[in-house]
Amino acid sequence: MPNEETRSCIVLGSRLLQSSFRLLQSHMTAPNHNWRKFKNSFMQALTLACALFVIAPLGLVFYHLVKSGVGSVNWDFFTKLPKPVGEVGGGMANAIVGTFVLLGIAACVGVPVGVLGGVYLSEYGSSRLNGWIRFGADVLNGVPSIIWGMVVYALVVIPMKGFSAWAGGMVLGMMMIPFIMRTTEEVLQLVPNGYREAALALGIAQWRAIVQIVVRTALKGIITGVLLALARVSGETAPLLFTAFGNQFWAHKLTQPIAALPLQIFSYAISPYDDWHRQAWAGALVLLLLITAINVTVRVLTRDRIHKNP
Amino acid sequence: MQADIETATTTALPQGHLVQHRFGDRAFKWLTLLMALAVFALIFLIGSELWRGSHLALRKFGWRFLFSKDWNPVSEQFGALPFIFGTLVSSLIALLIAVPVSIASAVFLTELAPKWLRQPLITFIELLAAVPSVILGLWGVFVMVPWLREHLYPGPVYGVSMLAGGIIIAIMIVPIITSVSREILRSVPGLQREAAYALGATRWEVTRIAVLSYAKKGLFGAVILGLGRALGETMAVTMVIGNRPEIAASLFAPGYTLASVVANEFTEATTDIYLNALFEIGLVLLGVTILVNAIARLLLRTFGGAGVKAQP
Amino acid sequence: MNLIMPPEEEKIIPQTRAEPRIESREPKPDALASALDSRPSTPSIPALTVKNLSVYFGKNQVLKGVSLEVQARAVTAIIGPSGCGKSTFLRALNRMHELVPEARMTGEIRLFGEDIYAGGVEPVIVRRRVGMVFQKSNPFPTMSIADNVTVGLRLNGVRARATLVDRMEKSLRMAALWDEVKDRLHSPAINLSGGQQQRLCIARALAVQPEVLLMDEPASALDPLATAKIEDLILELKKDFTIVIVTHNMQQAARISDSTAFLYLGELIEFDATRKIFTNPARKQTEDYVTGRFG
Repeated sequence: MPNEETRSCIVLGSRLLQSSFRLLQSHMTAPNHNWRKFKNSFMQALTLACALFVIAPLGLVFYHLVKSGVGSVNWDFFTKLPKPVGEVGGGMANAIVGTFVLLGIAACVGVPVGVLGGVYLSEYGSSRLNGWIRFGADVLNGVPSIIWGMVVYALVVIPMKGFSAWAGGMVLGMMMIPFIMRTTEEVLQLVPNGYREAALALGIAQWRAIVQIVVRTALKGIITGVLLALARVSGETAPLLFTAFGNQFWAHKLTQPIAALPLQIFSYAISPYDDWHRQAWAGALVLLLLITAINVTVRVLTRDRIHKNP
Repeated sequence: MQADIETATTTALPQGHLVQHRFGDRAFKWLTLLMALAVFALIFLIGSELWRGSHLALRKFGWRFLFSKDWNPVSEQFGALPFIFGTLVSSLIALLIAVPVSIASAVFLTELAPKWLRQPLITFIELLAAVPSVILGLWGVFVMVPWLREHLYPGPVYGVSMLAGGIIIAIMIVPIITSVSREILRSVPGLQREAAYALGATRWEVTRIAVLSYAKKGLFGAVILGLGRALGETMAVTMVIGNRPEIAASLFAPGYTLASVVANEFTEATTDIYLNALFEIGLVLLGVTILVNAIARLLLRTFGGAGVKAQP
Repeated sequence: MNLIMPPEEEKIIPQTRAEPRIESREPKPDALASALDSRPSTPSIPALTVKNLSVYFGKNQVLKGVSLEVQARAVTAIIGPSGCGKSTFLRALNRMHELVPEARMTGEIRLFGEDIYAGGVEPVIVRRRVGMVFQKSNPFPTMSIADNVTVGLRLNGVRARATLVDRMEKSLRMAALWDEVKDRLHSPAINLSGGQQQRLCIARALAVQPEVLLMDEPASALDPLATAKIEDLILELKKDFTIVIVTHNMQQAARISDSTAFLYLGELIEFDATRKIFTNPARKQTEDYVTGRFG
C-alpha cells in the first residue's frame, strides 16, 4: 500500500492533469505532422542516395574493366608470355599460372596452421588464453599487407638471397592464417555438442572424435572459409612486390621469382606503354572474374545454411 | 576405429588402450595449441624483423626521423614527415568522404529500406569489398584521375594528387565501415525501437531516437576501424597520389604516404641505410595502425554501446 | 473532432466539443496545453470496438475472430495461457503488429467510433492516441529522465519549454514517480531501478495524452513491491484513461480490472465483468482456467 503522501501526489497530479487536460483531439494531427512525414520521406531518399552512391564506383569500375579489358582477353592472353618491353602483343600466361602457384603454396602454409589453430580455439583452450589468441588474430588482421611483405623479405628473401615463389607463397599463406583460424573456430562452434558427446560415449579418442566427427561435419564451412581467404589474398599486390617480385618469363623452379596477376597488372599500369595498359585492363578483368568465381562458389556452398535476415 | 569400438565393448579397456588414447589426445592437443600460438609467433616476428631491419636508421636519426622533411637517398638523409603528413591527410580526406556516406547507407539498409531492395544492395557492397586494391588503382589512374583533371582541378595540374588518393582510399574503406555499422545497428534491441514506435514516431524518428543514439559508440568504432584500414592502404593510393615526398598546401598537389614510399622504393634501396630507413617507415606505419585498430576494437567490444544497467 | 483523418478531410463526429482549428504550424503554449476545459463526462460510446479481429503471421492464424468492446475510463484485462494471442491482440489495437513483416489482419477496430484501419489512416497518429507500455521497461538509455518523458511531445512539435516542463511534471506525478526523481531529472534514465524505469515508461506514454493506454504485462518483470505500486497507479489512472492490460497473473486481473476477456488459442472464450468471470464464469473453459486447472 503506498503511503499517504504518494497517494495524495497521485491524486494531485491527476487533478492537475484533468484541469489542464487539453485533448489533442481538437487538432488530432499534431501541427507539425506534415513536416514529420516530409522529413521521414526525405531521410529515406537521402540515405537511399548514399547507398547508391556507395555502389556507384563498383559499377564504374566494372564498366571500364569490361570496356577496356574484354577486347584483350583472348587466347593469346591466356597462353603467351609477355613480349619484350615496347613490343606489342603477348599475354599473361605466366602471371595467371603464377597466381595459382602462389595460392597453392599459400594454402599449404595457411590452411594447416589456420585450421588446426581454429580447432584449438574451438575444442580446447581456456577462455583466457583464447581471448588473447583472438585478440592477436585481430591485431594480425589489421597489419597492412605491405608490412607482411617487408617481414617475409627479411625472413625468407634475404637468407635465400633472392626473390622466389616460396617467399611469395609464404607471405600470402601467413596473411591467411588469422582469417582461417577465426572462421574455422566459428564454424566448429556451430557443430552441436551432441555430436561430440555421442562420439566420446562410443569410446572414440577425443582427438579422433574431433578430426573425424566434428571437423568432418563442419568441413563445408571450413572450406568456404579457406576459399574466402584465398579470394582475399589472390588480389594482394603489395606483399608480393618484394617477395615473389615478378617475372617476365616462366619460373622453372620455385626458388625463382615468379609472376602473378596483380603484380603484372601493377607494373603494366605504371609503365608508359599503351599496349601494356591494354593488357593491364585485361589482367584486371581476369583477376576480378577469378575472385568473383571463388565468392560465388562460396555462396553456392553456403546456400542451404539458414540465412540471417539482412 | 572399428577396432577401438570392439575393444571398448567386449572387454574392459586395457591399460595400453587408455595410454594410447592419452598419447594421441595429448599429441593432437599440443599440435593444435602450437598452431594457435603461431599467432603470437607471427606478431613477434613482425615486430622484431621491423625493429632489426631498421636499427641503423633508428640509431642514426633517432626521433628526428619523425619530424624531418628530407627524403634524400643520395645524401642519405631520411625523414618521415612528408609521408606521415601524406598518410594522415589522405586518410582524413577518405574519412570525410566515406563516413557520412557509409553510415547513411548502413542506416538505409537496416532501418529504412524496403525489403526487396536490401539484399541486392548488400550484395553489391560486398562485391565492392572484394575488389582488390590494384584494380581500383588501375581504374583510378586511367579513369578517375583524368576525369578529375578535366572537371575538378583548377589550372594546370598533374591529376595525380592528394585528393585523388583520398578519394580512392574512401572507395576502399566504404565497404568495411558500412558492414560494421550495419552489424552495430542490427544489434540495437528491438525493444528500443518499439518504445519509439509506440509513441507514434515515424520511421526516421525511430531511427534517430532509438537506434542512432543508442549505437553512437559502436558507430564511432566502425569509423576508427575504417581509419585503420585507410592508413595501411597501399596499391591504389600509390597509383594515384603522385608519389612526391613534399608537404604541399594544396590538395591538388601530389603527395606520398608511408605505405606508398615503401612499395615504390623498397626494391631500389641500394644502400643499407636506405633500406633501414624504409624499414623504419614500416615500423611507424605498423605502430600507428596497431594503435588505431586497438582503439577501434575497444569501442566495438560493447557492440552498440550504451547498455541498460541491470539494477534491483 | 478532426481525428485520425489527414487534415484535408474534416469529419465532425457528434458528441464531442467542436474545437477551433489551430492554423499556425507552431502551437503556442497556451493553445496546446493549458486550456482549462472541464473534463467531459464519460463518453457513451466505447473507447474501443473490436469486431471480428483475426490476425495472421504468414500462414499462421494467431487470432480468430475476436469481438469485444472496451469501455472508456475503465480497466479491461486480457487473460489467458501463454501463446493464446493476448499480446498480439493488444498490439493490433495500436497497429504495432504491423512492424512484423508478414502480419495481416482482418476485421475492424474502432477508436471512439473511428476505424483505425481505414485507408488513409496513419499508424503514427493511431499510436499517439493509443499508447503502450511494454513488459520489459525500455527507457531510452542515452536520454535523461526528463528527456525520456518529453520525447513524445517534442516529436509532435511541442517546443515551448514551459509546456514541456509542466507536462513532464504532471506525467511524472501521474506515474507516482515525481517525488523519487524530482531532484535528478537530468540524470540518465538507466540509473533508475527496474520498477522506477517502468513507471518512467508509463509517464513517457502518458505525456502525449493518449486516449487509451495499453499495458503488456507491465509488472511481470518486477518484484512484488514494485508490482503493487504499479497496480495502485493503474487504479488511479483509470479515472482519466482507458486502460487495456494483458496479464498472466489472474489475481492481478481480479484486483484491478473492471472487465476481463479470456482468450484461449486465439479465440475469445468469454468477455464479461471481472467479478462475474472470476466468481461465476459462463463457460467451463473459463472456469477451468481461473481456478488453475490448466494454463
